[in-house]
Amino acid sequence: MPARGALDAVSSGNSSFAASGVWNTMSAAQVEPLVLDAESAIAHGTGTLSIDASQITIMDVAGAWLLHRLVAAGEAAGRPVQVAGLTGPHEVLLEEVAENARPPIAPLPEPPYPIRLLNDTGKAVIDASEDIVGITAMFGQTAIGIFKLILNPSRLRPIAILHHIEYTGVRAIPIITLISMVIGAIIAQQGAFQLRRFGAEMFSVNLVAILTLREVGVLITSIMVAGRSGSAFTAEIGSMKMREEIDAMRVLALDPIEVLVVPRVIALMIALPVLTLLADFAGLFGAGLVSWGYIGMGPDAYISYLRNIVGENTFWVGLIKAPFMAMVIALIACREGMSVGGSAESLGRQTTTAVVKSIFVVIVLDGLFAMFFSAIAY
Amino acid sequence: MDMSANDYAISCRDVTVSFGDHKVLDGLDIDVPRGALLGFVGASGAGKSVLMRTILGLVPRQGGTIDVLGVNLDESNEAERSRVEKEMGVLFQHGALFSSLNVRQNVQAPMREHLDLSQQLMDELADLKLAMVGLNPDAGDKFPSELSGGMIKRAALARALALDPKIVFLDEPTSGLDPIGAAEFDELIAKLSETLGLTVFMVTHDLDSLISTCTHIAALGGGKILVLGDPKTVMAFDDPWINRYFHGARARAVLGGVAAREQD
Ligand SMILES: Nc1ncnc2c1ncn2[C@@H]1O[C@H](COP(=O)(O)OP(=O)(O)OP(=O)(O)O)[C@@H](O)[C@H]1O
Ligand SMILES: [Mg+2]
Repeated sequence: MPARGALDAVSSGNSSFAASGVWNTMSAAQVEPLVLDAESAIAHGTGTLSIDASQITIMDVAGAWLLHRLVAAGEAAGRPVQVAGLTGPHEVLLEEVAENARPPIAPLPEPPYPIRLLNDTGKAVIDASEDIVGITAMFGQTAIGIFKLILNPSRLRPIAILHHIEYTGVRAIPIITLISMVIGAIIAQQGAFQLRRFGAEMFSVNLVAILTLREVGVLITSIMVAGRSGSAFTAEIGSMKMREEIDAMRVLALDPIEVLVVPRVIALMIALPVLTLLADFAGLFGAGLVSWGYIGMGPDAYISYLRNIVGENTFWVGLIKAPFMAMVIALIACREGMSVGGSAESLGRQTTTAVVKSIFVVIVLDGLFAMFFSAIAY
Repeated sequence: MDMSANDYAISCRDVTVSFGDHKVLDGLDIDVPRGALLGFVGASGAGKSVLMRTILGLVPRQGGTIDVLGVNLDESNEAERSRVEKEMGVLFQHGALFSSLNVRQNVQAPMREHLDLSQQLMDELADLKLAMVGLNPDAGDKFPSELSGGMIKRAALARALALDPKIVFLDEPTSGLDPIGAAEFDELIAKLSETLGLTVFMVTHDLDSLISTCTHIAALGGGKILVLGDPKTVMAFDDPWINRYFHGARARAVLGGVAAREQD
């Protein structure tokens, strides 16, 4: 049984109340309704309001505040107020609370729904345009940064670049090769299964080889890297932003673009093509296993068949895209990291945004490349 | 000593804490009487923050027992521990405000968690506590990243006081405040300690608050409490570090000022 406080009307006419028991934070939930009732009674009464507080045993700031509310209600009704029987410390407390009481701030009224809708739409459009400008600006700054490096290679940060290559590239090898192998196998299996009806099972190898090398290898790799490393870039840069480390760099005359963004962009532009290459091999390997099992094409036959059908260009079409994918992933991730605000929540939000945006842009970019390569018939 | 364990708000026995080979607290004993306003001093890196975090159960210790409000937190049951935890308020050295909540919500967070109050009363209490620590009314709507260093300290104190605790731990509450603000801060803490019977465990380097507000001073050195007592006793204590701390040039200036004020 928690300690309780009480508030009783002593006489009729709403002029005299007796407060007793425990008036503290723990009993506030129980005392508050009593105070609410008394407040409306006080507002309707007239004459001197007297509150006998001599039976209050324990009081803290929350209790004093509730008592103060009674006093304030009396004063608001234009009645003289007397509080009697408070012990010394409780009296000090009541004074302290009264001194710090402030009129409640009225919350701003919410605009009506149509206005809010327009407001949000406008904001979204402006955000999108700012995004495009921001990414373009960062692209420009990064390009300048890389250009400066070419003029002055001693500013290159090989250790940072190698570090990022290790984390974004080397450590991603197992998962990316595994996934590519499985996807290669699935495409080969589905292809063989469908084409068998036409007696054209062999063509399942054409299907899987061209698809993997031109599209799937690089797409799967880019999407995996966007999820794995894009989110890491945003979180790293974002938490530095939150702790004012980026500001510290600026005042120490270190360019954050040069220190943080350029090494990441370069590292990813090296790591992603290599990962794509491995993904291609893994995909073809998975497809080879399935072809062996499903259509009885042994390894030797599979490899010489591949040699016949896959032109050098098929291989390059996939690989050429990889550095571009790497660049947009790294730029989007770094830019989202730079726009993290002061809160943990915004770090989470920006990380999610970075991954979603970079996957979206990777797929759109792949579509544009497809149109481009078919236009030049490569 | 003839005081029973229950007369102490905090009582530590033989507390040892190390990080790797680095022994920060080495068989430390301390008893903080109830209602004391304890100023805690020690060189930078001596382990003041670590001791505070150890008492709060945030740092694992290699040995020793800690009683808070007469309850041994290792042996007590869940309900008792949760009761004692509600009786402790903490101001961390760097504020540790919740960055995704605004200041008012930060103060309300413990109330929301532990009490069953109406939103109106929580708003009123939060605004009251913010006013008591000296923040302007509009600060309640700001987010921690929009506050100045001193405002962060004040908001964090308001949050530490949200549940009207019996013990508050303050890690350098007045560092980063202007001298007027710091003096007000000290006054507020002294007033609360007097009127509410609050026990205050205050790590501070502020000689002014040590001498003018603290009822007790403890000094930490070599992983142990060098001395704990009222300010006069501690200042007279014969230890080279304490001598330099209280009788260096800066200390003499402050002490002279306090003596002059007392004569007025
Ligand atoms: N999590 C940790 N891991 C390793 N060492 C730590 C950790 N926390 C603290 N230390 C070490 O413990 C020692 C005491 O640190 P503490 O933060 O308690 O110092 P302090 O007395 O509060 O100093 P200041 O007055 O500067 O705040 C320091 O040497 C610090 O490096
Ligand atoms: Mg510290």
